[in-house]
Amino acid sequence: MGKQFYVQTKNIRESRFIHKKLLISRLDIELAERCNNNCIHCYINLPADDLLAKEKELSTAEIKNILKEAVSLGCLVVRFTGGEPLLRKDFEEVYIFARRCGLKVMLFTNATLITPHLAELFCHIPPLEKIEVTLYGMKKDSYEAATRVSGSFEAAQRGINLLLEKKIPFVVKGALLPSNKEEIDEFEAWAKIIPWMGKPPAYAMFFDLRCRRDVRKNELIKKVRLSADEGLKILTRNKSRYIKEMKIFCAKFIRPPKDKIFSCGAGCGGGCVDAYGKFQLCMMLRHPDTVYNLRCGSLKDALENFFPKIRKIKATNREYLSRCANCFLKGLCEQCPAKSWEEHGTLDTPVEYFCEIAHTQARFLGLIEKDEKAWEVNNWKKRISDFVKRDVIN
Amino acid sequence: MELKINLDDIYAPSEDVVARDIQGEFILVPVTSGIGDLEDEIFSLNETGRVIWEKMDGKKTLRAIAKELAYVYAASQKEIEEDILGITKELFNRKMIVEAKPKK
Ligand code: SF4
Ligand code: SF4
Repeated sequence: MGKQFYVQTKNIRESRFIHKKLLISRLDIELAERCNNNCIHCYINLPADDLLAKEKELSTAEIKNILKEAVSLGCLVVRFTGGEPLLRKDFEEVYIFARRCGLKVMLFTNATLITPHLAELFCHIPPLEKIEVTLYGMKKDSYEAATRVSGSFEAAQRGINLLLEKKIPFVVKGALLPSNKEEIDEFEAWAKIIPWMGKPPAYAMFFDLRCRRDVRKNELIKKVRLSADEGLKILTRNKSRYIKEMKIFCAKFIRPPKDKIFSCGAGCGGGCVDAYGKFQLCMMLRHPDTVYNLRCGSLKDALENFFPKIRKIKATNREYLSRCANCFLKGLCEQCPAKSWEEHGTLDTPVEYFCEIAHTQARFLGLIEKDEKAWEVNNWKKRISDFVKRDVIN
Repeated sequence: MELKINLDDIYAPSEDVVARDIQGEFILVPVTSGIGDLEDEIFSLNETGRVIWEKMDGKKTLRAIAKELAYVYAASQKEIEEDILGITKELFNRKMIVEAKPKK
């Protein structure tokens, strides 16, 4: 009859299904735009007790319907994020529902709301993906200078200890802020005790502005953003590893985009549902013209009809067309429709902060000369291939 | 738990596993912990495994399933019975199926 092995144990990841042209392999859901922390650098935290926001949020039934549809379309992973997803009173119900639908769950959390009961739940019904915890400092002072909530450091410690005690797989990430940037070594040494880390923690450091374009809060974010030089110093702490990774990256991903504004995979094989049922191509892009209202539509319609239409949008901004369209650093540079939306309220305006970061890195890598503008470089293919071939000298 | 599997036994999918067909790939997603060897693993069944899984409905004996398959597959009843006993053991050891009727 058939082959001898019937049950193959595999850690099947959603990427396995991407080549099969699944409409959706992973779905992000922001369960709340609210957060119990008040981080200075955050692009999305409304106050935990924001009643107006709470009232507008998707109901439990609406979230379940979205999950059901995602599963029917072949989705394998749902990522619950926020704001702080654990703020929702129905988190447990939604989580169990997702798992009972056969979804793996990724959870992005600050860990402050992980209770013994929740840890027990994650033990009994494992998420099947590592929980991702962001930590804002190694000490009460540095942590709470970022979160601006007294007691949040102890709460995060409690949550993390519960995960460790119960052996619930998780990883930690950092956000590099003026208050904690001297603690990197301590953070990385501590992260090594977490059995599921595998590699050093990732950091957010070139912060995004507010996703709903809040001018006052943007000023705060700009103040805590690392400069391009500071960022480079951190990126190149392990110089040879950085250069090795950049060679692979640049050979594969950087090139002038012409008038295409989406060079990324936004809206392909997934998307992000915001707390109010608006379906976005990715977690960041909230320009009102690019979001789809799931309250009067379906994931399928958005993925089949709406997103492809948005992805075809071409740049019309003259500055973008004369700069980014011809710039071979696109890819290394984080310029994209979402960043343009956050900074300028458009889809195609160059963002100077990310432009400077990309140019600083490119100068370090020898891709451009001092004072050279990447969009003026014609022989970019040769520059990339020379860089890829060059030996690394420490 | 070691189990002596008998062709007159009846099995059904465990409620702690969700079977899904994602574009022709048949996978079993564990819901509770303790299914399989590693907690973050998803399992896939090949075509034969899938057919047998789908026939384990909590009503048919393994022998009845073997009989049904003998009509479809070009193999002897005995070969099919051996295959079914093999997969049943594997699935049961992984807690993916449960006995529908307790053994006497
Ligand atoms: S943030 Fe920008 S680059 Fe990333 S997926 Fe969204 S649109 Fe694309
Ligand atoms: S480096 Fe500057 S010019 Fe190049 S893509 Fe980025 S923002 Fe545009």
